[in-house]
Amino acid sequence: MNNGFTPVVAGSALGTSAAAPTTPKNIANRGGAANPSVDALRQAFTGVVHRADVVWGETTVIVDRTRVHDVIEWLHDDASQKYDYLSDVTAVEFRDLEQAVEVVWHLRSLPYRRFLRVKVLLAKGAPMEVPSVWDIYKGADWLERECYDMFGITFVGHPDLRRLLMWEQYKEGFPLRKDFPLRGRFSRSEQLRQALAANPEARYSKEELSIADAFEDLPADMRRRLGTGERTGE
Amino acid sequence: MGLSPRPDPDIIDTTGNEPWITTKLDAFVNWGRKNSLWPMPFGTACCAIEFMATAASKYDLARFGMERQAFTPRQADLLICAGRVPFKLAPVLRRIWQQMPQPKWCISMGACASTGGMFDNYAVVQGIDSIIPVDVYVPGCPPRPEGLMYGILMLQKKVANERMSDRSLRHEMEPDSKSQLYIAPSVIDEVSEPFGNSIHQTRSGL
Repeated sequence: MNNGFTPVVAGSALGTSAAAPTTPKNIANRGGAANPSVDALRQAFTGVVHRADVVWGETTVIVDRTRVHDVIEWLHDDASQKYDYLSDVTAVEFRDLEQAVEVVWHLRSLPYRRFLRVKVLLAKGAPMEVPSVWDIYKGADWLERECYDMFGITFVGHPDLRRLLMWEQYKEGFPLRKDFPLRGRFSRSEQLRQALAANPEARYSKEELSIADAFEDLPADMRRRLGTGERTGE
Repeated sequence: MGLSPRPDPDIIDTTGNEPWITTKLDAFVNWGRKNSLWPMPFGTACCAIEFMATAASKYDLARFGMERQAFTPRQADLLICAGRVPFKLAPVLRRIWQQMPQPKWCISMGACASTGGMFDNYAVVQGIDSIIPVDVYVPGCPPRPEGLMYGILMLQKKVANERMSDRSLRHEMEPDSKSQLYIAPSVIDEVSEPFGNSIHQTRSGL
């Protein structure tokens, strides 16, 4: 049965002579054998890889912000890499405000049994923007939305960059940023008032639907409800 | 042997001398209400696990007349809010409360539902009594089944002491039209943040 889905067998690209995977022991904190993808990246992209670290046996490459989309696309497409699984997109902000904000992609190559962490540094004052990898990994959709919701990082090229965890009309900012007070910016009563103003039965706001251009395809009763200005919140 | 005659004259006196009692209507109605509460669990976190343990065979909520769990607010008269309620869920919880018919009661189960608990942060409601009226608060993190049952018994005691003639008990509490809250905003702020807002109390060291 072929429905367009090709099963990926872990380690299939390593050949039959490859040793069976074992749980590594005595891993060094720093140093050790780097992921072979790093050397391949350095050859394919000159001057793009700023640094490569090996920490606890996992390899991190820090690449140029403008080329990160090309790097990830190459890692995904190239027959010698086959990073076919994006396990996470997140960001790191440090307590030291002079230190750059890091955006992190966790890539895994099932055929080669490799793990690679790609980072981009957003220096202080630089725009909080990185290219979206949604066109490479469709699974990046909600990962990038969550990262935008929590850190305020704009993923350029994302088809529908809205908040994911907080509600759409959330006005207090980006909760995981270091300058965000733990209890939020507004008073408790104001937070409660704004939260209660949300309409739990309006599942879509018209703004949300206009993004998808789906308004005309809706059933008549929903079009009527939304046409009267019903919204999910204030 | 054979079948005994019905009605059994040893049990039921058919001569017109049946025993009878008088009682107050209040006592009778409340007796019925308190022994047939239909709870609706609103479980959002680990308290819901303890609630399930309470409802399961070992602790057996059915002993207190709660044989029937209601999973729709329209057929429930006791809302048990078990777990933390994030702000995103606040309008949902209020809508569920408003959908329940009178008479209705609410148990706030656990530290998070009652006060926000350890989640004194941007995302969690600091006590559901700012959204809906609460009758009994059960402390604990999470409360043991015995704790929840004690709270239920307290609620039954409360139900038993209600007066049918006191119509204010059955008035649907309307939130303040301006703030949409049951409690004045100033009170919420003071209770939830006794040391002021946390703009200068971030734990990130900035």
